[in-house]
Amino acid sequence: MATNPFRRNNAFKKNLPKFFQYLILSFVTLIFVVPIVILVFGSLKTRGEMFSLPYTLPNPPQWDNYVKILSMSSFWIMLRNSLVVMLFSTAGVLIICSLASFVFARMQFRGKDLAFNFLTLGLMFPITVAIMPVYLVVRQMHLIDTLLAVILVQTAFGLSGNILILRGFFLAVPVELQDAASIDGCTAFDFFWRILLPLVRPALAAVGALTMIVSWNDLLTPLVLLNSSSLWTLPLGTMQFQGQYSSDLALMAAFVALSAVPAVVFYLFAERQIVTGLTAGALKG
Amino acid sequence: MNMTQARKGDLKTHKRTYSARRVQDYLTIAFFLAPAFILFLVFLVYPIFRSVYFSLFDWNGLGPAVDFIGLDNFKQILTDTIFMKAVGDCLLIVVLSLCLQLPLALALAIMVGRDLPGRAFFRTIFFMPYVLSEVITGIIWLGLFNPDPSRGFINALLILIPGVQAQTFLSNIHQVMACVFIVLTWKYFGLHLLLYLAGLQNIPREVEEAALIDGANKWQLTQNITIPLLGSTIRTTIYLSVLGSLTQFPLVWIMTKGGPVNASEVMATYMYRFAFVRFQLGYGSAVALVMLLICLAFSVGFLRLAGQPDYLGGI
Repeated sequence: MATNPFRRNNAFKKNLPKFFQYLILSFVTLIFVVPIVILVFGSLKTRGEMFSLPYTLPNPPQWDNYVKILSMSSFWIMLRNSLVVMLFSTAGVLIICSLASFVFARMQFRGKDLAFNFLTLGLMFPITVAIMPVYLVVRQMHLIDTLLAVILVQTAFGLSGNILILRGFFLAVPVELQDAASIDGCTAFDFFWRILLPLVRPALAAVGALTMIVSWNDLLTPLVLLNSSSLWTLPLGTMQFQGQYSSDLALMAAFVALSAVPAVVFYLFAERQIVTGLTAGALKG
Repeated sequence: MNMTQARKGDLKTHKRTYSARRVQDYLTIAFFLAPAFILFLVFLVYPIFRSVYFSLFDWNGLGPAVDFIGLDNFKQILTDTIFMKAVGDCLLIVVLSLCLQLPLALALAIMVGRDLPGRAFFRTIFFMPYVLSEVITGIIWLGLFNPDPSRGFINALLILIPGVQAQTFLSNIHQVMACVFIVLTWKYFGLHLLLYLAGLQNIPREVEEAALIDGANKWQLTQNITIPLLGSTIRTTIYLSVLGSLTQFPLVWIMTKGGPVNASEVMATYMYRFAFVRFQLGYGSAVALVMLLICLAFSVGFLRLAGQPDYLGGI
């Protein structure tokens, strides 16, 4: 970088001076940050302040809205439901996809390509397109209004993309390792369980983080498959809350901000994994 | 003599363990693939065939489907002006995404490049909306677009400009699609930017330096080196963007429910309304199938024309 004199020399000649670059970037940053800041400011105001001083700093901040929401049992129930769905569908995706990806990356059998193409066909059908047919089948199985249905559907629709991603990572593990293990009498399962999985832990973390975000934010599956408010997940509950409390904007802002907190905190901690997962999925399978 | 016998015996046991291992391998393959195949068949493949069946009925979901009407549902869909409006709106989002959203993301990514100090910070900020759920994004922008300047921030800014009045935005049939597109851009801009930035990392530095030594200026470098080498990334983002635009649901549903007077109707909100609000499950199945065919046609056409994006790996 800076040690390369050629590049440093070139930097001076750039058509866009650095200052101009940062000006544009700062402007775009504002566009991305201001909506979130207004939401957070609003959530720290009383209902009256929200009317009289809608865009100022909350001075002093009113934590009442947050207290009110955190003392609602329905908020905690939604949080729990979201967590249950997220953990189980992520576990499901990780287990099922790593098993299948291992076979596709490391085992030989007739019809392998066909099976792989078949399983990755799901990439062409986003959940929105398929939710209506899925609803019919879930109804037929008498699983409507259960969290299990949401978990199964989210897992099923996570398969194609994640099998593709994990197979890529598994293929990157040297074949010699498997040959050596096999000579030492290691079965395919032993190799998978004791050698391969520990080696690809970063890949599993990436797939897991991405699946968690997708599951956590999913609105359509719970919206279609769940009825009882005791089973609502956070996105579904937030949507209903917005309809119910549209007159109290400050309280609604607090609810929205609180339901965003887990995702944002998780993102800040797992940014590297999420980015790895996304770019691996999109750039090189 | 002894030695050959010993060797023969060796070979035999070896053969036996080999075939035993082969059987074991097949069992492993079967057991490892079974869960994925079962879930895939039950929740993806079977439902599609199931809805092909129901799409031939006029069925409200109560009791068995008995009112067989053949292809009438499909005829009705294809002659319904509201569905055509929904297709048009989806196409509008597709075109705007390809002409504005992606080029802007690409331009910003190239500007940030790979060495700009603070690159990681900007990436974190721009990608933040992607992590927020569509519900949260929708509610935030519902507030920003509020027609009352004391509640909607955008109008509060607008009325500062002399001669400009507060706009009704989401309740104005002429402005609503533009507003929806702005929110979609806010939400998904970061994803595309992220992919481009990752793609830029993969371009060998030497190639760019060689071009610079040969006297290429910054613009020629971008046009002739950077963008062609980002080709597969660009293909991927186009694919994701079009498929996402065709099937967009939650943001539109939260902000407008397809209104006012169907001005922001997209295919998914149309499908949702018929299937889950009016409970015309037969008709809803037919709409879902039409959407599925449109997505499939796009995917196949895209693969034919543009070659496969890396995203689709083996297909």
